Amino acid sequence: MTGTPVDLIWLAPALALLGFVLNGTLALTRPNTKTLVSVIGAGVLLAAFAVAVVVFSNFRSLHPEDPVIYRYWSWIPVGTLQVDFAFQVDQLSLVMLLIVTGVGSLIHLFSIGYMKEDPGYARYFAYLNLFVFFMLVLVLGASFPVMFVGWEGVGLCSYLLIGFWFTDAANATAGRKAFIMNRIGDFGFMVAMFMIFWSMGSLDFATVFEHAPTALAPGGAAITAITLFLFLGCTGKSAQIPLYTWLPDAMAGPTPVSALIHAATMVTAGVYLVARCNLLFAMAPVSSAVVAGVGALTALFAATIALKQWDIKRVLAYSTVSQLGYMFLAVGTGAMTAGIFHLATHAFFKALLFLGSGSVIFAMHRAYHHTHVHEDAQDMRNMGGLARYMPWTAALMWIATLAIAGLPPLAGFFSKDEILTAAHARGHVQAIWLVFWGFGLVTALLTAFYMTRLMLYTFHGPNRTGEAERPHLHEAPWIMTGPLAVLGLLTLLGGLLNVPELYRGSAWLHHWLEPVTAPGAALIPDVHLSRSSEWLLVGIAVLTAVVGVVGAWRLLKPAELVPAKQAPEERGFARILRHKWYVDEIYDALFVRPLMWLSREILWKRVDQQAIDGAAVNGAARGARALGWANRWLQTGQVGTYVAVFVVGVLLLLWRALG
Amino acid sequence: MLLSPALAISAVLFTLGVAGVLFRRNAIVIFMCVELMLNAVNLTFVALAQVIGVGGQVFVLFVMAVAAAEAAVGLSIILAVYRHKQSVSLQNMNLLKDG
Repeated sequence: MTGTPVDLIWLAPALALLGFVLNGTLALTRPNTKTLVSVIGAGVLLAAFAVAVVVFSNFRSLHPEDPVIYRYWSWIPVGTLQVDFAFQVDQLSLVMLLIVTGVGSLIHLFSIGYMKEDPGYARYFAYLNLFVFFMLVLVLGASFPVMFVGWEGVGLCSYLLIGFWFTDAANATAGRKAFIMNRIGDFGFMVAMFMIFWSMGSLDFATVFEHAPTALAPGGAAITAITLFLFLGCTGKSAQIPLYTWLPDAMAGPTPVSALIHAATMVTAGVYLVARCNLLFAMAPVSSAVVAGVGALTALFAATIALKQWDIKRVLAYSTVSQLGYMFLAVGTGAMTAGIFHLATHAFFKALLFLGSGSVIFAMHRAYHHTHVHEDAQDMRNMGGLARYMPWTAALMWIATLAIAGLPPLAGFFSKDEILTAAHARGHVQAIWLVFWGFGLVTALLTAFYMTRLMLYTFHGPNRTGEAERPHLHEAPWIMTGPLAVLGLLTLLGGLLNVPELYRGSAWLHHWLEPVTAPGAALIPDVHLSRSSEWLLVGIAVLTAVVGVVGAWRLLKPAELVPAKQAPEERGFARILRHKWYVDEIYDALFVRPLMWLSREILWKRVDQQAIDGAAVNGAARGARALGWANRWLQTGQVGTYVAVFVVGVLLLLWRALG
Repeated sequence: MLLSPALAISAVLFTLGVAGVLFRRNAIVIFMCVELMLNAVNLTFVALAQVIGVGGQVFVLFVMAVAAAEAAVGLSIILAVYRHKQSVSLQNMNLLKDG
């Protein structure tokens, strides 16, 4: 306890929880309330953001080296396992706190407009508030179990919100898919926790990181296993190969949910976890290489799929998977700051892109609604030329597109460039990182290309929506464009957080996070690139981005596109990309079908029906009946017989006792 | 009072009681045979009291009290059975038997 406003940290999650309770009650009792729900839903988030700002500014003036830990109550006191329900305030958790509450507030405001007509309005805000509560528990938790509560909680909210329109079976299935994929990852997280407790006897972050260098041999089997299992948890939550397939399907939920949960905050939890455990990962070089490699591969793989998707949200979903890959490349390389920096800038521009696509879908949906036509409101082939009808959305999304493509001086340029530079520098020590860097560079090219493609097909060229619908295409209301504008500003200026020293910047984020990242950084080979090679790398990165944007602009002809209904099926390689490398089909054949077969034919028909129901349950009944049938002759119902048996028994006992 | 004859009489009375319970069918007779067995035991208590102490005599009073209570309960059950079945023969009291 510091006796400063930092003590107020509990208010942030408590406010979100209060919002959930109030909105949840309203959803159950008066589901048609709108105004009150909006005030509560967005109000608690804005208040939480205010708390976050106050805590941040006070913590900054204290600038302690050690994290401030608040122990609220003893949660799991079992033998040597002592887990307190405790929050940890340090530089890293504060950055996450600001992103979650800040971007979260904007998305809550946007939702007021986007969900206005929805019958499940109160339920929606209740879930959204609950999500923010769990996300704050995740980032503030001072031990693995507390973090795990948040980790599971956000997974639950993700499931609830993906399947928000559950009357459509496809949405409910997408929710289940996300839940099950995450469960596989959570298994890894739990095994890692067991191993950490087994080897270090504690689960508090502070104790674990203090004891880890002495309790475990660097590069040994134990630390490698722990970190790999932790990373398995990350691949589930943060949608990396091999568990990424749930994220594109998660787009079944409302678009603001995609922006908040499946782009800006929850999916970055894995990056946060690796950054939090940077010491453990630095002690396990193999795991670090796996993290960076999986990240680089995911980045490239997802980017190729995004090239050929027609659903505007699916492009963004694969783009998110790809950008998360970048973040893992960064944290795997040991460039924790670069990873968190990209996490922050990505939260800004990807939230902007998703909310922008939400505005587009909102407009398309309303236009189709007017004429009662059932066309796909998310298919880019049905859009085109929307910049004329929604200029604000188009302009703001262009900013985000250029940012994600990595053009200076937008936010994405600095963070992406820092990651690529770090990977290249590590390549001087371990050559494999040069491959990862190459992957990253190709991904940058593809990113610039598919994002320009998205903008081109959505906002430029002729309009393909339909003659009758065209007059009904309008810009979204101010409650939706307002948050977009704020995010646009953040996308423009976000790079200032960490302008590298190369441009005479102060690298503020880097110095800010140093108390958290220093223990891990000390164990990683520190390579300093010469000034000229750094400039060369920047040049290559910018050139790549420009080639991607200009290439897409020159190669793609939106004028030749036909609406979705008349579009021919792709051929050749494009078809493979269109079908996402058939990964879902491969998973289906490799895991889902064998598991279903095993469950139905063996576990259900053999084990359950024959062994348990047949042999055990009915067998026991049959045995009891046979035993009863054998013994029924003893029970004659004649009192005389009973007395005779009784007397004989007494005589026998007497004979035994006396004789 | 001589010990051995008393015990012998007691043994004879008890055996008569057991035989009655085993072989008679009338519930009232069986009931009286049970009383016979109780009183045979009482006789043993009284007889042995002169050897062991006054405890045996005290115990007889207890047995008598319990036997009186038991007689009240037992006779009312037999009465209830008679009202129900118009018979006090044990052969007819086999409701628990299947079929």
